[in-house]
Amino acid sequence: MSQPQSSKPRKPLSVFARLASGIRRPAKIHDFHGGIHPPEMKHLSNGTPIVPGPLPQQLVLPLNMHIGAPAKPLVAPGDKVLKGQMIAEPIGAVSAAIHAPTSGTVSAIGPRPIQHPSGMDAVCIVIDTDGEDQWVEHQGIADYTDKSPAELVDLIRHAGIAGMGGAGFPTSIKVNLGDHQRVEQLLINAVECEPYITADDRLMRERAEQIVTGIHILQYLLNPRRTLIGIEDNKPEAISAIKRACKGCDIEVRVVPTKYPSGGEKQLIQLLTGKEVASGQLPAQVGVVCQNVGTAYAIKRAVCDGEPLVSRVTTLTGDGVSQPGNYEVLLGTPVRDLLAHGNLAGLDIGRLVMGGPMMGFTLHNPGVPVVKTTNCIIAASPEELPEPPPEQPCIRCGSCAEVCPANLLPQQLYWHAKNDDLEKAQHHNLMDCIECGACAYVCPSHIPLVQYYRYAKGEVRQQAADQVKADKARQRFEARQARIEQEQAEKEARRQARLEANRKKKEAGPAAASTVDVAALKQASLDASKAYKAAVKAAKTAEAEGADNLAELKAEADRLKALADKAKAAVRDAKDGAPVAAAPAEDTVAKLKKQVGDASSAYKAAVKAAKAAEAEGADNVAELKAQADTLKASADALKAELREAKANAPAATAPVAQTDPVAELKKQVGDASSAYKSAVKAAKQAEEEGADNAAELRAEADKLKAAADQLKMELRDAKANAPAAPPPSAPAPTTIEQPDPVAALKKQVGDASMAYKAAVKAAKQADEEGADNATDLHSKAGELKAIADQLKAELRDAKAAAPPTPKAAPAATATTDSPAVPEEQAPQSLAEVDPEQAAKRQKRLKGLKTAYNMAHKQYKEAHAAYERAERNETASADELQAMQVKIDKLKAKADNARDALDALVEEAKADIRAHTGKDLKTLKLEAARAESALADKQQELEQQRSSASEDTLEALSSELQALESETQIARKALKQAVEEQGLAE
Amino acid sequence: MSLITSTSPHATVKNNTGAFMRQVIYATLPGLAVLTWQFGWGSVINVLWAVIVALVSEALFLKARGRNIAFYLKDYSAVVTAVLLGLALPPTAPWWLTLIGVSFAIIVAKQLYGGLGMNPFNPAMVGYVLLLISFPVAMTQWLAPGEPLSFVQSWQLFTGQLPVDGLSGATPLDTFRTAHSAGAASEGELASHSILHGQFAGLGWEWVNLAFLLGGLYLISRKIITWHIPVGFLAGLGLPALLAWLIDPVRFADPLFQLFSGGAMLGAFFIATDPVSAATSRMGRLIYALLIGLLIWVIRTFGGYPDAVAFSVLLLNLSAPFIDYYTQPRTYGHKSSKRGVS
Ligand code: SF4
Ligand code: SF4
Repeated sequence: MSQPQSSKPRKPLSVFARLASGIRRPAKIHDFHGGIHPPEMKHLSNGTPIVPGPLPQQLVLPLNMHIGAPAKPLVAPGDKVLKGQMIAEPIGAVSAAIHAPTSGTVSAIGPRPIQHPSGMDAVCIVIDTDGEDQWVEHQGIADYTDKSPAELVDLIRHAGIAGMGGAGFPTSIKVNLGDHQRVEQLLINAVECEPYITADDRLMRERAEQIVTGIHILQYLLNPRRTLIGIEDNKPEAISAIKRACKGCDIEVRVVPTKYPSGGEKQLIQLLTGKEVASGQLPAQVGVVCQNVGTAYAIKRAVCDGEPLVSRVTTLTGDGVSQPGNYEVLLGTPVRDLLAHGNLAGLDIGRLVMGGPMMGFTLHNPGVPVVKTTNCIIAASPEELPEPPPEQPCIRCGSCAEVCPANLLPQQLYWHAKNDDLEKAQHHNLMDCIECGACAYVCPSHIPLVQYYRYAKGEVRQQAADQVKADKARQRFEARQARIEQEQAEKEARRQARLEANRKKKEAGPAAASTVDVAALKQASLDASKAYKAAVKAAKTAEAEGADNLAELKAEADRLKALADKAKAAVRDAKDGAPVAAAPAEDTVAKLKKQVGDASSAYKAAVKAAKAAEAEGADNVAELKAQADTLKASADALKAELREAKANAPAATAPVAQTDPVAELKKQVGDASSAYKSAVKAAKQAEEEGADNAAELRAEADKLKAAADQLKMELRDAKANAPAAPPPSAPAPTTIEQPDPVAALKKQVGDASMAYKAAVKAAKQADEEGADNATDLHSKAGELKAIADQLKAELRDAKAAAPPTPKAAPAATATTDSPAVPEEQAPQSLAEVDPEQAAKRQKRLKGLKTAYNMAHKQYKEAHAAYERAERNETASADELQAMQVKIDKLKAKADNARDALDALVEEAKADIRAHTGKDLKTLKLEAARAESALADKQQELEQQRSSASEDTLEALSSELQALESETQIARKALKQAVEEQGLAE
Repeated sequence: MSLITSTSPHATVKNNTGAFMRQVIYATLPGLAVLTWQFGWGSVINVLWAVIVALVSEALFLKARGRNIAFYLKDYSAVVTAVLLGLALPPTAPWWLTLIGVSFAIIVAKQLYGGLGMNPFNPAMVGYVLLLISFPVAMTQWLAPGEPLSFVQSWQLFTGQLPVDGLSGATPLDTFRTAHSAGAASEGELASHSILHGQFAGLGWEWVNLAFLLGGLYLISRKIITWHIPVGFLAGLGLPALLAWLIDPVRFADPLFQLFSGGAMLGAFFIATDPVSAATSRMGRLIYALLIGLLIWVIRTFGGYPDAVAFSVLLLNLSAPFIDYYTQPRTYGHKSSKRGVS
C-alpha cells in the first residue's frame, strides 16, 4: 500500500471538515498523564429532561456553602421571607450571599448536620416553606454591557454565585482579577468526567443558549483572548447543542476524550492549552480562568433575569432510586426529600454519596441539605457500591502510578504516609495530590490510598502550624527579652539623670529646686513617651506578623500612652507651678476635666462597641452594655467631682502649688502600683487557665512593678526635695478639699453597688432563661462586687482620714487615687475585650465540657440503671416510667450542653477564621496580580530601554522598584496566610 | 437505613491482588509444559510439592503471627513464589531440596520481614541462592534435553530412590562455559557440542525460553506487568552480548543464545518483575532491569557460575530503593523531578 494514495483523499476532507466546523485550525487536544476509565453509568440519568425538584416542608441552608467566610444572617427566627430574598450577606472578600429558595418563615438559625467529612454540624438557616413559592420583586438587566464590570461583579457576589462544579469558590473573586491580570484563555468546564453525573450534560442539552449568554458575560468581565469550552466526547447531544448555540461567536468548543479526571481544573487546562499550573500557584498565574458551565448558567440567570442562586440542577441516580434523573432542586432541600421525590420504591440503599463516586462524600444522615456544590446524589444499593473489600498489603505493582494524573508515585506516598514519614512524603510531592482517587480506584489491594493522603496532608499542615506557633513564641520571647533590657537601660539612665539633677540642685541651691523637678519630670515624660513609642512599634510589627497577642500589645501601648500623657501633664503642671506657683487649684480642675473627658469618651466607645456587638448579634452584648453603664457611672462621678473642684478652686491658695509635683508623683505611684496589682492578678488568672500569654502578662506585671518602684523612688526624691522648697501651707487647701473625696467616693460606692445589683439581676434572669452567658454575667457581677467592696474600703479609709487631716499628702493621694480607678479601667477594658473574651470563652468551653460530660455520664448511668431494673424486673412500671422521664431529662440536658458546646466551638472557630482574616485564595490572587504587574513593568522597561529618555527610564525603574516591594509584601502576606490557614484548620 | 460511610473513591476495580497473582501462575503454564516435554515430569512434581510446602509454611507462620490465614493465603503470593522456585529448580531435585528452599523462601525471606509487600528480596530467589550455595552439586544436575524421563523415573528421583548421577547432563550454558574454562575454545571444539546448536539457540532450552516468553507476553497483554522490566532485562543482557559477539564470535556466545538459555526468559518476565522487590517508578524499573541483564551477562561470561539470574536479581533488589530515589517522575506543576533522598 503506497503512502501518498492513502493520504490523498483524506486531505480535502479534513479541510472541508475544518470549514464546516468553522474552526480555523484543528484544535489540538493535549493529554495528561494517567487517568482511568471507570464505568460511566451516565445512561441511568441522562435520558430524561430536567424536572423540578420537590418543595420540601423545610429547607436547611448552611451559612457556608462556599469556600471562604460564612455569610452573615440577615433574618431572625420568625421572619417571613420571600423566594429570592437575601437572607445572609457576604462577609469579607471571599464570601457569597444566600437567598431564600422559596417563600416561608425562618424557623431557626442553628447547627444542623451538613455534608462534611467529619460528620460535623454547621450553622444553618432553617426555613419552613409556605408552599406559595412567591418571588420577591426582582428584575434582570436587559443589556449587561450597560453596566460596568465592577457593578456586575458586585451583582454576582450578591446573587450568591459560587463555583457549581464542586469546590464552591465564590465566583465574584474569580471574575475580578484586576487590570494587571491578562486572561489568555477562559476555559468553560463542561467535561463532567465523573461517572454517574449528568447534570451539566442535561443543562447543556436543554439550556445551551442561556449558558452561552452566561459565557458572554464572563467574557465581558474577563476580556480573555480566547474562550474554550471543554466537553467530553461521551456527550454528543450536549456538544451539538452547545456548538449550535455558539455559532457565529468567538467561543470554541473542544471535544476531549473521555477519561477521568479530565474535568479536574489542572487537567482541563493541560488538555486544552498544554499549560501546567505550577505547584502551589493558581490557574490565573498562567493566564487561565476556569468556570463551570453550571456557573455560567447561574450568572446568566442572575444578571439577565435578576434571579439569585436559589436552585441548581442535581443528578439523582443510583440503583436505589426508581426514577433517576436530573432535578432542579431548591438549595437547602434535605436529601431525604429529594430521595422521596425520586420515588424511592423502598429500594435498599447501601451507600449515599453526595458528589460523584470518585470524589464525593458519603452521607451519614439523609437529612443533610443539597447545597450550591451538590451536583449529584448517588443512592446506591449495597450491590452497586459494595462495602470496600478488606485492605491487602501493597505489592508495589505500580498500577496506581500508571493512572495518577499528577504523575506522582502513589505507592511511595502511601508507604511514607503509613509510616508517618512526612518528610519523605513531602519529598514525593504529597501536597500536589489532587485527591482524585484514580490510584485507589485501580489498586488491586483495595488500599484506601486517598484516605492516607488526606491524613498525611493534615499532619503536614498541622506541623506547619505548630512551626508557626513555635516561631511566634520564640519571637515573643525575644521581644520580651529586648524589652526587659531596654527597660533596664532606661531605668539606669533615669537614675543617673536623677543623681545628676540632685547634684545640680544642691549646687544651685534651694531656689532652683522646682526647676530641677521640672527637668526630672521632663526626663520621666520623655522616657514614658519613648516607652509608648516602642510599644506602638511592637504592636505594629505584631500586627504585620499577625501575632495573636495584638490586642494585648495595643492595650499596653494605650496604657503607656496614658502614662506618658500623665507625665507630660505633670511636666506642664510643674512648669506652670514652678515659676508662678499660682492658681494650683486650676490644675486639679484641669486634671479632672481631662479625666472627665477620658471617661466620657471611654463611655461613648463602650456604647458604640455595645451597639456594634448588638448589630452583629454577638452574645456579649449584655456585658458590653453593663460595662458601658459602669463607665457612665464613673464618668458621672468624675463630673460631679469636677463640679466640686471648680467650686473649690477659688478658695485654694497660691503656695499649694509646690506640693503638686509630689502629689502628682504620689498619684503616679498609686496608679502604677494598682496597675501592677491588676497585672499580677491577670497573670495569675492566666496562669491558672493555662493561657499561653501568662508569661507575657507576668513580664508586663514585672515591668509595671519596675515602673512603680521607679516612681516610688522619684517620690522619695521629690519628698526629700520638698522641704527645700518654700514652705507650703498645705493644710489650707486640704481642709477645704477634705469633704470632696469622701463624697465622691460615696457616690462611687453607690454607683458601683448599683451596677453590681443590676449585674446580679441580669445574671439571675439569664440563669432563668438558661442563656449560656449566665456564667459570664455571674463572673461580671463578681467583679463589680469586688470593685464596690474596694471602693467601700477606700471610702472607709477616706472617712477615717478625713477628721484629723494632719497632712496634705494622704488626702491628695486619696483624691487622685479614686478617680484613677475608673480611668485606669476604661481603656483597659476596652482594649482587652478580645483576649478577655477569648479567655472567657475558654473558660466557658471548659465549663460546658465538664457540664456535658457530667450530664452525659449521669444520663448513661441512669440509662444503665433503667436497663438493669428492666432486666431484673426489680422496679414497677411506674418506677420505670419515672426513670424513663429522668433519663429523658438527663439526655435533654446533655444534649443541650452539647449543643451549647458545639455552638461555642463553632463560634471560636469562626473567630479564628475571622482573625486569620483574609482568605488564602484572595491573597494568592493578590500575589499573582502583583507578580504579573511586576512582570509587565519589567517588560516595559526592557522595551523602552533602548528608545526612551533617561527620565522615563528612571521613572520606570522606580515604579518597578515599588512594584517589586509590593510583590514582596504580597508574597509575604500570602506565606503568612498559608501558615495561618494551617493554624485555623 | 444504615449507610456505609467511607472516603472516596466509592468505586474500585473488581479485580484484586489474588487475581493478579493467579494470572502470573497461569502464564507459567506454557513454560512448565515445555519443561515437561523436554525433561520429563520432574518440574511438575517440583512445582506441586513446592506449592504444598509453601502453603503449609505460610499458614503455619500466619498462625504464629496471629493473622487471618485464609485471607492471606488467598492473595496467592506464596503460590507464585513456590511455582517460580519449582520451575527454577532442576527436574532432578529430591524432595528435601525443594522443602528447604521453599520453606526458607517463605519463612525467612518473606514472613520474617513482615509478609507480602514488606520483603526487600525476591523470596524465590533467596531460596534458590541458599540452595545453590549449600548444595551446589544437586542444584546443577540437569538432564539432557529432549530425552524426557518417565513419570516413574521422575518420581523416583524426587523420592531419592534413583541416583541422579547416571542421568544428569550439562546445560548449554554449562557446556559453553566449560569449553572456555581452559582458555578460549576453538571454533571446531564448539561445533562438536551438539547441545549448543539448536534451531536458533541452545538445544531444548530455546523452546523452554520461548514458552516463558509467550507467557510473559500474555502478562503484558493483560496489563499484569508493564514492558519496562522485561525489555530492560533483555536489552541489558542482549546488547552487551551482541557487542561482544560482534567483536569475537568464538569467545563470546551470540545474543540469541544468551537470551534463550538458562533462566533468561523466566527471569525477565516472571522473576525480575516481582513488583514488591523491584524498583517502582517506570524509569526506575527500566534501569533496574537493564542492570540485572547486564550483571547476568557479566557473570555468565566472566564469573564462576553458569547462570546468574538469582544473584543479579538479589543484587538489584538491594539497590532498588536507591534507584527509586533517583528516578522519581516529574510531578505535574514542577519544573523538574526531585532527586535523591529527601
Ligand atoms: S496500586 Fe495498590 S498495590 Fe499497586 S502499587 Fe499502588 S498502592 Fe500498591
Ligand atoms: S489521588 Fe492523588 S495520588 Fe492518587 S491518582 Fe489522584 S492525584 Fe495521584
